[in-house]
Amino acid sequence: MTLDRTAPARPAVTTDPGVPAPSRRVSPTQWASQSLTMAWRSIVQIKHNPSELLDLSIQPIMFVLLFTFVFGGAIGGSTDAYLQFSLGGLIAQNALFLTIYTATGLATDLQKGTFDRFRSLPIARSAPLSGRILGDVLRQLWSLVVLLAVGVLLGFRITTSPVAVLAAFGLLVAFTLAFSWTSVLLGVLARDPEKVQIYGFTVLFPLTFASNAFAPTETMPGWLQAWVSINPVTRMADALRGLLVGGPVAANAIATLLWGVAFAAVFGPLAVWALRTRT
Amino acid sequence: MPPAIEADGLVKRFGATTALAGASFSATEGTVLGVLGPNGAGKTTATRVLATLLAPDEGRGLVGGFDVVTEPHRVRTLIGLTGQYAGVDEALTGTENLVLIARLLGQRRAAAKMRAAELLAQFGLTDAAGRAARTYSGGMRRRLDLAASLVGRPRILFLDEPTTGLDPASRNELWDMVRGLTDDGVTVLLTTQYLEEADQLADDIVVIDRGTVVARGTPLDLKSRAGAAVLQMRPTQPEQLEAVRAVAAELAGAEPTVEQGTVSVPAADDALMPAVVRRLDDVGVSLAELTLRRATLDEVFLALTGHRAIEADPTDDLQESA
Repeated sequence: MTLDRTAPARPAVTTDPGVPAPSRRVSPTQWASQSLTMAWRSIVQIKHNPSELLDLSIQPIMFVLLFTFVFGGAIGGSTDAYLQFSLGGLIAQNALFLTIYTATGLATDLQKGTFDRFRSLPIARSAPLSGRILGDVLRQLWSLVVLLAVGVLLGFRITTSPVAVLAAFGLLVAFTLAFSWTSVLLGVLARDPEKVQIYGFTVLFPLTFASNAFAPTETMPGWLQAWVSINPVTRMADALRGLLVGGPVAANAIATLLWGVAFAAVFGPLAVWALRTRT
Repeated sequence: MPPAIEADGLVKRFGATTALAGASFSATEGTVLGVLGPNGAGKTTATRVLATLLAPDEGRGLVGGFDVVTEPHRVRTLIGLTGQYAGVDEALTGTENLVLIARLLGQRRAAAKMRAAELLAQFGLTDAAGRAARTYSGGMRRRLDLAASLVGRPRILFLDEPTTGLDPASRNELWDMVRGLTDDGVTVLLTTQYLEEADQLADDIVVIDRGTVVARGTPLDLKSRAGAAVLQMRPTQPEQLEAVRAVAAELAGAEPTVEQGTVSVPAADDALMPAVVRRLDDVGVSLAELTLRRATLDEVFLALTGHRAIEADPTDDLQESA
């Protein structure tokens, strides 16, 4: 390293004498405002991309209808009983699928050079990421509201309190935020939205379907039960069921959050490393 | 006056590949510096280092007097960047793309919208302002990209191969826009693979090859050293090849190359062709073919460096853009 860090900075040749030198870093208020602007961008993208609106609204509805009316009777005895069981699972699965948006959005920005543009601006280094994740949280909430509304229309009964429903929202957001680090890593490494879809669903399909989201664990073969009972999707689905229709919550919620901490602890540093070195 | 951009011995390695091997150059405030070189020469890497996107392994980069490694945030307040791949968000409209940048730079909503409208008008995109950028043509996208890099009124602008992939008409439009910028005192660093582009736009040119600067000067300097044009002569009778070569060597003052019955010599001077024709006529040599054509980058390289511009293999290029 021949870089001479001790040499005094020369005056900015391009700044007028009367103008103070530009600031050295970003203030917390600026960071918040920049993140909000990035989140605005991420939401505006939906407006211009009808297929995304479809993914966010129609796809969860299709899943509810499919599982309730096609499989529900067979799995749960009656469609009504099954809906009470499956909606928590559908919400958990849908939330995990949505985390893919963080990866596809990031991969698109990297591929198209948009990310370079952002990094050349005098903004917080983390703003592109925090803004995107904030936008993705809003997607999560939208999708959750759609799922709950459709569920209620089809006869799903929330038997707990409004506080419990809010807690369900909170748990879902907390876990998906932590899980998003895997998506950030995937987006940076894949650098291609189509690859993200392929890799993402290759992981998410087994993760979400090899759970008790759609069928009770007891109906599965023993070797699968071993995985299903610890699968974070199972634990979150059970916690959501508890918060929406009653049942044990604490152990499942804690397990879900511990999984979240584990995902963030492993993939957070990897994602930050990838962002630093691969972009 | 210190230079607006100064690269001092920049080294950057990607694994076993050395993208920059001690590149040094500088740009005077208010001028266009053309960085000319073939694919994989290190142009993009140099741009990314100076635009604070990539830390150099060795050496020092100063932009507007600020060190790109120790004071990147201050550098970013001064610069605009238009990358090799248009960095606009294709899902957003032209207006939204520019408003996004303006808002990120701290402008209020109304001011951001005004700045966006102003730039869209300046770049002839007003009619397309409300359309998603993915519906734009390649030329329009580049213009929007250039507009996006100007939102914050940068004093120093990095243009990384801004016309690659554009048709000649769009390219000429973009050239005009770049010329307009320096009138306002903006310093431009422009990388290009095209000798003609550097010739058209740059006040000074550095020729970069395998990560180092192999030549520098004004376009005129380089052209007179390398020959902006090449005179090609094919005698009607092959046995007169040597006579043609001798005349060309004498009048051009450079060593001609003889290939497949054709003599080629750098033509630094417009007067060379008529002089050669007269002399050959005097000595009774008739030509089957006489062509004056623009020198290729390869020929400039050959003249300046003594070796041909070697196209880097695609993996190098990937790493350079990584």
